[in-house]
Amino acid sequence: MAGRDSCLVANDWLCWEYVTSRSQELTEATVQHVWITAASVLIGLLVSVPLALLARRGRHWAAPVLGLTTLLYTVPSLAMFSLLLPLFGLSASLVVTGLVLYSLTILVRGVLAGLDGVPREVKEAARGMGYGPVRMLWQVELPLALPALLAGVRIATVSTVALTTVGAIVGKGGLGNLIAPAVTSSFKAQVLTASVLCVLLALVADLLLLGVQRLLTPWTRTAAKGA
Amino acid sequence: MGTGVLGGAWDWLGDGANWAGENGVWNRLAEHVYVSGLALALACAVALPVGLWLGHVGRGGALAVNISNAGRAVPVFAVLALFMVSPLRNAGYTPTVVALVLFAVPPLLTNAYVGLREVDRSVVEAARGMGMSGRQLFWKVELPLARGLVMTGVRSAAVQVVATATIAAMVGQGGLGRIITAGFNTYNTPQVVAGALLVALLALLVEGVLVAADRLVAPSSRHRRTLRTEHS
Repeated sequence: MAGRDSCLVANDWLCWEYVTSRSQELTEATVQHVWITAASVLIGLLVSVPLALLARRGRHWAAPVLGLTTLLYTVPSLAMFSLLLPLFGLSASLVVTGLVLYSLTILVRGVLAGLDGVPREVKEAARGMGYGPVRMLWQVELPLALPALLAGVRIATVSTVALTTVGAIVGKGGLGNLIAPAVTSSFKAQVLTASVLCVLLALVADLLLLGVQRLLTPWTRTAAKGA
Repeated sequence: MGTGVLGGAWDWLGDGANWAGENGVWNRLAEHVYVSGLALALACAVALPVGLWLGHVGRGGALAVNISNAGRAVPVFAVLALFMVSPLRNAGYTPTVVALVLFAVPPLLTNAYVGLREVDRSVVEAARGMGMSGRQLFWKVELPLARGLVMTGVRSAAVQVVATATIAAMVGQGGLGRIITAGFNTYNTPQVVAGALLVALLALLVEGVLVAADRLVAPSSRHRRTLRTEHS
């Protein structure tokens, strides 16, 4: 009889019994996944703004900053996490550091694209009104750079959610932690559930950030409608 | 990481014993090249015709562009893990190859589509005005002009596939990733660095080979391009 408890024994792909009996494990893994991703993207953003400002100062700064952040992206994630091991040990900060380094490629470019897109006339008008460099950055340039910046944040977040799974190699991979041992034991329901949750997480994060983007930059929608 | 670790990696690579046998560099390198080469070729065979065709007919733009964003959300590790708990696990390198194909198709497709749409519309209109058929337009105007962008996309996909193929080691499949995981499990940092260096070198080599291959094809199309500019 295909009872409620037989799908675990039968090792089915879809198993509600698995979700209910391991809900605590699933919640813990999801929570870890979310905070590792959020911490990585937030720190990545905090690091990428000064880097983008540095890259903007001229070609002799832009080339090394962009070159280095692009180079980082080609380092295999497995190697990145393994190489950081002597520095951090088996810790979440290891995974966060690796993910921050990856996010820089997308975020620095996003911030730069946003800052480059600020119209020259606007900056000249602000300068004419007596705005200093700091006030100009905070009140004129960064707000106008928001659409491109947030587009970068969305891409970085979605790829970070996916990459976090590789953190399973040090036992700090959020939902990846459930996937790795389930491969060894051929536990189908666990692999599928954790994978689907991971994709859903990326989707939800993307939609949330889209909402944030719309709230923060209402002018982009009216402009699009007017055009 | 100081010179000590790099020096250690150099020593590891210099030891002939590390190159021989099933877990040796030669075998892992061969597996890596086979798996990523096959995956890239299959991904190109699927993605380029579809992307170029969509770009040519000018339809499905939203799909072609969004598919690479959607692809980003799918972890390669999870896809590989799913294959490894399915009957595919007994099919040799197939799980890795299929996972890498799924990973490489979206960006290749988007890039091919964008490359073709970036071709100057006035040139396309002119060619159409000269009475070129859709097929002539594609082969003689759009494809030669889009080639540069499409090849750039293929190169970046190739580098990403070579880097990502290391993930296969996490589910016990072959490739250079195994050198990294083996070093990781035995706290052998020089071996981890050596594995990462080998992957990086392979990626650079692949990029170099593709640039050279591109140059070999380029002169003829550049010649055609100047001729066409003279005509128009």
